[in-house]
Amino acid sequence: MSTPKQATREYRAAPILKIGVLTWLKDNLFNSWYNSLLTVITLAGLWYIVPPFFKWAFIDSLWYSPAEACRDIEGACWSIVPNNIKFIILGFFPSGQEWRPILAMILLLTLVIYSKERTRWNKRLGWYWAIGLIIMGTLMYGGLFGMPVVETAQWSGLPLTMMLSFFGMVVAYPLGVLLALGRRSKMPAIKTLCVVYIEMIRGVPLISLLFMSSILFPLFLPDGMTIDKVLRAQVAIILFTAAYIAEVVRGGLQAMARGQYEAADSLGLNYRQTMRLIILPQALKIVIPPTVGILLSAFKDTSLVVIIALYDVLKTTKVTLSNPKWTGYSTEAYIFLAVLYFICCYAMSSYSRRLEKELHTGH
Amino acid sequence: MHAKLPPNTDILRPSTPPFWRDEAKRAIVFQLFALLVVALVSYYLYSNTQANLERQSIATGFGFLDKEASFEIGESVIKYSAADTYTRALLVGALNTIKVSFIGIVLTIIIGTVVGIARLSSNWLITKLAAAYIEVMQNIPVLLQLFFWYAIFYEAFPSPRQALNPFSGIFLCNRGMIFAIPEAHPAHAAMGWTLVLVLIGGWFLNRWGHRRLEATGIPFPALRITIAAIFLLPLLVWFIYGAPTAMDIPELRGFNFQGGITISPEFSALLFGLVIYTSAFVAEIVRAGIQSVGRGQIEAAMAIGLRPGRVLQLVVLPQALRVIIPPLTSQMLNLTKNSSLAIAIGYADFVAITNTMINQTGQAIEGVALIMLVFLFFSLSTSLFMNWYNKKMALVER
Repeated sequence: MSTPKQATREYRAAPILKIGVLTWLKDNLFNSWYNSLLTVITLAGLWYIVPPFFKWAFIDSLWYSPAEACRDIEGACWSIVPNNIKFIILGFFPSGQEWRPILAMILLLTLVIYSKERTRWNKRLGWYWAIGLIIMGTLMYGGLFGMPVVETAQWSGLPLTMMLSFFGMVVAYPLGVLLALGRRSKMPAIKTLCVVYIEMIRGVPLISLLFMSSILFPLFLPDGMTIDKVLRAQVAIILFTAAYIAEVVRGGLQAMARGQYEAADSLGLNYRQTMRLIILPQALKIVIPPTVGILLSAFKDTSLVVIIALYDVLKTTKVTLSNPKWTGYSTEAYIFLAVLYFICCYAMSSYSRRLEKELHTGH
Repeated sequence: MHAKLPPNTDILRPSTPPFWRDEAKRAIVFQLFALLVVALVSYYLYSNTQANLERQSIATGFGFLDKEASFEIGESVIKYSAADTYTRALLVGALNTIKVSFIGIVLTIIIGTVVGIARLSSNWLITKLAAAYIEVMQNIPVLLQLFFWYAIFYEAFPSPRQALNPFSGIFLCNRGMIFAIPEAHPAHAAMGWTLVLVLIGGWFLNRWGHRRLEATGIPFPALRITIAAIFLLPLLVWFIYGAPTAMDIPELRGFNFQGGITISPEFSALLFGLVIYTSAFVAEIVRAGIQSVGRGQIEAAMAIGLRPGRVLQLVVLPQALRVIIPPLTSQMLNLTKNSSLAIAIGYADFVAITNTMINQTGQAIEGVALIMLVFLFFSLSTSLFMNWYNKKMALVER
């Protein structure tokens, strides 16, 4: 037996942890010939687009000026936004009363931000919401504390958009869960009703439901009875969103293992207890990402009420643009709106990503 | 052997619960109740509607479809004039919807796939640009995008007299994009038929090549031959007919262009908006599909010596497509349904024409029912096709 040779020790440099700019560039932009080519082509393309856009949007542009001044410039006329901001945001709300929708929106935002933390999700929060919604409704409608009544026909702009989307989501969600449970039910009649409803709604565009609410629904009601136009559109949005939520929730219910139902059965829980305590908490949790997707599209889809002539924030912008003084600056106005929508949607989707991470209790 | 039951079996039988605690009976009562409520509500709405229609003396039924439409339609695939019937007008609308949806779906799949792959590129710049595109376009309402593009095409572009002319034969102005097209010649029809024949032949060739590969293991480059034939054979036919090059070049006459082919700003705006919005969602679907294929699959494929292209073709794509197709179907349906927003920018799609019809005849129930039926038909036929395709893909699995 020979003694093993003493291993010759090799001294290696410590691995490089920090990389310089050049290495980073080489690794990320020029790591192969076709990537280098792509980078060069993309940079050239950006060079053609970005500087002219920058010049148009920031250098040659006017931000606070009367409409007349905009006729002489090459760049963007952002002045359309500050000059019409009151109408774009609040629409036809009576002047002198503007503080009411603004306060209502601030209240809504405060409640939303307050509800972000999961530690605050308890019964008290429910009460806060109930009280908050009553205050918001009173602020918008008036009739109390010397506030003059503002009919819903005058609700417009951002408050209308927020109201349609917020109530759309809040009411559609439980309705969608019920529909999903109905679709999974063992009772044939209930199941058929739910399937027909869900498939029919999902098969037609929202616009046809909005048409239904605006031109057909008055025909369905007895003579002399009318339902507010805003409310009808709201119902259409709720019915539409609920069908989509139902499909998402059904996916979650189908993903539940049989063992969960059997365990609940063996504990002697009845149907309602099984669903409320065992199945739904798990099923709803795994479908958070697609649910947020549906809620986001519900928010974006509220803009469709333009077509049935409700004055949401898109319609007030269009009205502003039809003013001869401001005609021709639609690009600027639409970019402003796009930024507004983008901020809301982006906040929602990044919150859902956070929530998903927090709720992830699996392995 | 069964043991003999004791004489008094009543004691052993569980006592039947009263009917309100028997689940099966309760279910029946509950369902009857639900059906009754639905029936009553329907009857109530129906009788109200009947009374209202009678009071407002609105006609019912689809008799109006044979009447003269007496409105013009901006663009149409088939011949149409105001003297034609409502049926013909609706057909024009349906064809316009199909046209924009079909072109939109093809473009969406192409752009969505490119952006989705770009999102996974090893090039930092490309990845970030793709991510920005996806994030921004998903989060802006499609209707706003339609208005935006329509404003660009309609307001930012000059009038026909000052039309932009980026390449010879193409004019850009607020009346749309006007292209030069080759002048009508019998060669074109022959080229079209050749292409159809090549496609059919290519399909059989591919099938034969695949069968031979399965049976003997000898590959046959059927796909490459087909692709070459798609380009070369129609070209050959064109040369046989004497290579006609006469072009129908658009010319400015009076206030508008004559000749060539015009793509209206409404159509372009609708197509742009729908394609850009939907392709952002498709890109996410494609990315998720590609990422769903495990790294081990790719490594295994490389280990058995497949070239990168074959890895993609034989291992990654068949598995990724299985994940991609179901959500892709629903995006395609979304695009078709969103094409109904055409009404907001004045493109004559099915919904816009039905809306005009409702305004003229007052028969809202029939109109809305038609819209719903047509879209249900589109949805169901698309999902039938996609289900068939999905089943075909799923069969690859053992």
